[in-house]
Amino acid sequence: MDSKKELVVPRIENGTVIDHIPTTVVYQVAHILGLEKYEDEVLIGNYLGSQKFIRKGIIKVKNKYFTREELSKISLVAPMATIITIKNYEVVEKIEAEMPDHIENFVRCANPKCITNAEVVPTKFDVVDKENLKLKCHYCEKFTTKETIRFCE
Amino acid sequence: MSTLKGRNLISITDFSKDEYIEVLDIAEEFEKNPKQKILSDKVVATLFFEPSTRTRLSFESAANQLGARIIGFSDPGGTSVQKGESLHDTIVMVSSYADLIVMRNPKEGSSRYASEVSTVPVINAGDGANQHPTQCMLDLYSIRKTQGRLDNLNIACVGDLKYGRTVHSLVQAMCNFNATFHLVSPEELKLPSSVKMSVKNAGLKYYQYTDIKDVVPVADIIYMTRVQRERFPDPMEYERVKDSCILTADMLKGCKDNMRVLHPLPRVNEITVDVDKTPYAYYFRQAQNGVYVRQALMAAILGVR
Repeated sequence: MDSKKELVVPRIENGTVIDHIPTTVVYQVAHILGLEKYEDEVLIGNYLGSQKFIRKGIIKVKNKYFTREELSKISLVAPMATIITIKNYEVVEKIEAEMPDHIENFVRCANPKCITNAEVVPTKFDVVDKENLKLKCHYCEKFTTKETIRFCE
Repeated sequence: MSTLKGRNLISITDFSKDEYIEVLDIAEEFEKNPKQKILSDKVVATLFFEPSTRTRLSFESAANQLGARIIGFSDPGGTSVQKGESLHDTIVMVSSYADLIVMRNPKEGSSRYASEVSTVPVINAGDGANQHPTQCMLDLYSIRKTQGRLDNLNIACVGDLKYGRTVHSLVQAMCNFNATFHLVSPEELKLPSSVKMSVKNAGLKYYQYTDIKDVVPVADIIYMTRVQRERFPDPMEYERVKDSCILTADMLKGCKDNMRVLHPLPRVNEITVDVDKTPYAYYFRQAQNGVYVRQALMAAILGVR
């Protein structure tokens, strides 16, 4: 057996693997998915060799399957990420993170004068540019971009 | 039945081109006969969370002339807002007292939010630097009134094109009418690229200038705005450019006969007073037109036109 091919991050029997995450946002992805509070095995690898990226991050979450809505959040910071569903150590589905057309209540508006930052108002955005990540606030009509994006607590 | 009955007016993009025209047509009727008691069974709430002169008085005059009762405040001091009541709770409460809410609030997006929690229609009378759609409607009315049409005009916008919300709305609205835009501003205060993109997407042209003299011969409308000293990080820079956006009567020699000067007001020094006496000055009539346009909006939204 070629020892160079050993898995840096161990396989999981059941759960979800999020692969090809840019190294700079691995912990942000974990945060977006609320994994700090997940009470089962979460394996995080970063700065791993990859064919798709020079270096990549990977997160394996045991016994957890995410909703489409949860996965769409990942697409905002890691649009090239691959989401792999694992059952009995087998890959049963592999999809790319898909950015939705509208997002609600998990991104904060970057405009400090927006009503959503002054009162308890659920945020809503239209995704106007998926490639460069540009979100238009439903309320103040200002743009939030990848440079200014922050997530709701 | 008008499509405007029961609608909110929050942003200039909420109405279609045909709906703008419908409002302008109704406003024209009110200009001929402004005192009609057609809203005598209605209550209009004017909620002004920050000071306003023209907009509030114009709305209240419009409602009064149509016979509506007015409730509300011109300053949140002394109301439950000052005690910390949320906008949500204020709007839910007021919407049970009134048939229509007119609101100005410094928080951007506040009017859209109010329209979502209100049980009665909401007209945005300005939400911070975001939208002021009734100003845009009265600008359109004034343009049509002075030019006899809205289509195929040369619109010059002068001054602070970066932060001036009235210019952004006007440019977006005039994109429906095949306008050509002439944009005059200091380098620091150019029209934002997102608004220029609206012009491009509509297949229309815009030209940029730094000197107002260059647009005088071609313009059908010169829409003036104020260049504010506080927009400039460097006061020297302000001193250098401030005169490039001041319009004087002398400069109007050689303009088209049909050209009219508009300004959302208040004016400071960007239009010298000698312009007031020329046949080209229209800014005070423009403010007066605000009453007819607001009458038209209230009547259409309340379903009596």
